[in-house]
Amino acid sequence: MSVRSLTGRLTGRARRLPGRPAPGEAAAEVADLRVVLGGRTVLDDVSLRVTAGEVLALVGPNGAGKSTLLSALAADLTPATGTVRVDGRPVADWSPGELALRRSVLPQSAALSFPFTVEEVVRMGRAPWVGTPAEDEDDPAVAAAMVTTEVAAFADRPFGALSGGERARTALARVLAQRTALLLLDEPTAALDLRHQELVLRVCRERAAAGDAVVVVLHDLGLAAAYADRTAVLHGGRIAADGPPDEVFGEELLSAVYRQPVEVLPHPRTGVPLVVPRRDGRGTEAPARLG
Amino acid sequence: MTLSTGPSQPPHAPRPPGAAESPQDGKSAPLPGTSEAVAASEAVAASEPLKESPAESAAARPPSPTVAGRRRARAAALTGGLVVALVTLCLVAAGTGAYDIPIGDVARSALHRVGLGGAPLDRVGESVLWNVRLPRVVLALLVGASLGCAGALMQGGFGNPLAEPGVIGISAGAAVGAVGAIALGLTFLGDWTVTACAFGSGLLTVLVVYALSRSDGKTEVVTLILTGIAVNAFAGALIGLFIFFADNAQITQITFWQLGSLSQATWPKVLAVLPCAVAGLVLAPVYARQLDLLALGERPARHLGVDVERLRVAVVVLVALLTAAAVAVAGIITFVGLLVPHLLRMAAGPGHRFLVPGSALGGAVVLVAADLAARTVAQPAELPLGVLTALFGSPFFFWLLRRTRRKQGGWA
Repeated sequence: MSVRSLTGRLTGRARRLPGRPAPGEAAAEVADLRVVLGGRTVLDDVSLRVTAGEVLALVGPNGAGKSTLLSALAADLTPATGTVRVDGRPVADWSPGELALRRSVLPQSAALSFPFTVEEVVRMGRAPWVGTPAEDEDDPAVAAAMVTTEVAAFADRPFGALSGGERARTALARVLAQRTALLLLDEPTAALDLRHQELVLRVCRERAAAGDAVVVVLHDLGLAAAYADRTAVLHGGRIAADGPPDEVFGEELLSAVYRQPVEVLPHPRTGVPLVVPRRDGRGTEAPARLG
Repeated sequence: MTLSTGPSQPPHAPRPPGAAESPQDGKSAPLPGTSEAVAASEAVAASEPLKESPAESAAARPPSPTVAGRRRARAAALTGGLVVALVTLCLVAAGTGAYDIPIGDVARSALHRVGLGGAPLDRVGESVLWNVRLPRVVLALLVGASLGCAGALMQGGFGNPLAEPGVIGISAGAAVGAVGAIALGLTFLGDWTVTACAFGSGLLTVLVVYALSRSDGKTEVVTLILTGIAVNAFAGALIGLFIFFADNAQITQITFWQLGSLSQATWPKVLAVLPCAVAGLVLAPVYARQLDLLALGERPARHLGVDVERLRVAVVVLVALLTAAAVAVAGIITFVGLLVPHLLRMAAGPGHRFLVPGSALGGAVVLVAADLAARTVAQPAELPLGVLTALFGSPFFFWLLRRTRRKQGGWA
């Protein structure tokens, strides 16, 4: 037995290498999913197809189940019923090492228990590929991810010394460096300024154009409308609507889901839907609540 | 908890000379027009797979004195330095004592024994060197390496830089098994009985501490230290019970052993701990890369392909093995596993691929030196080794606590 296969056995990392799903194929699929957390049904009867070459935005109010759905896709939790498939197989059938070659996950908040530098953190994204032919891509993948997310300038700083936005971008760089065919991003824009929000969504588009499937949880409906190919609106643990943003983003649906009257206007130049809360200007009365 | 122990840098460190200029650096690049800025950034990212992209040139940049590079260089230098220090210390320790043997003669005798020329000493010298000094030096080396390595593993596994077998009660837990074996006069495994009992109770203690001190996949400092206090108290009570039931000869043996000492080193004792220590030391580096990833948290580590459950079990078993090996022969020797990984992390960064084997090496250096001091400082009397390490280790631990608290702005 070689040293590598021995260490592979000890660390549980013998694995099959992935192929790239063709554009239009399902990179991941959720069928009849029901998730119960702490006795509460968080997701119920959710079916969703994540397509290669597409940016899919998950939107919805707080507590609607967006992050839970993303966790289910990431194989972080065991559903009560239903199946989650990644690259054609139920997630439970993949080993952690095999899943890591197929999907990368950006968590909502980034933490680190030891003072690794930014570059070391980004390089951790290459860990799943150790011992595969793709190991040769390590240096270019790390460098490209750092340039794309604009963290190269502080590559040598310890992660703990970064601002919130810099940490978020470093975490994103780590996910990009992993170079998987499925990216699951949980609120990647939450800690970011305007410019970097746009940058992150452009990166999503580029990855989709290159044939990857991108699932991104977003709070900003304007960003979702501008950058997503498809939007799934979650409401009370179910998918209330699923389709291209200009079809899904209706005033009635969004007002009901968010319990906040909204207006949807086409952008004067691009025609992309703009979603704004209904405000009657300063000094006037608060808008009537929907029944 | 995030604790920065690496070489700290000013918040706005100058860009290293070779680093790539990002065409859209938020602070420095002019933005002639939004569309151009967008085009520039798209060019950067879209050309990711192409040859002449800025990303590629960044990858091909000439080796610059980056932190990572400096850390690698320092790790290599440290490894070399520690090996030299260890060999020198072993020779000095083997030669020093009531019966002094010059270092040259020690080396010649060693060469003679392995059949590479050299020359044997006189009869007394050979006997002192090979039956008294060397078992003790080898035992100090094994115990130190085990403790250093266990500390590094434990801190990585808990994601907490204050975890240490002594502080959180693993050593005391292993001691319960060892004391029990001595007090009850158990001999079911011959020379290995005490080690085996120490391993059994050590393993149980690691599991208990691990289960009690974790919540939501994290180990907070306060929970960990308080769990350690509780476990140490309980283990102390059990040891007290065993002492109560032991006869006088056993009590003398236990008390002496409890202070932490290597003075009763013999080759059979070395053999008794060798399997545990060697197994632990050889297997520990296998998990180094995964421990790096675990620093991101359990879920992100799993997303990067780490079988976290398996890693956890492996770390717990290895820590128990290493701690049991150390405790079974040397009693409770605290703070080596805390001090050594910390100093190395400050010097060469937190990467476990250096830290785990480096801590074994550093632990060996510290304990061989400490044991040499313990038996020579107050000659002809001998200081207990555990007392000596605690004397230096406790203030360090205190400083570390204060520092952690300051960084966190209070206890989480």
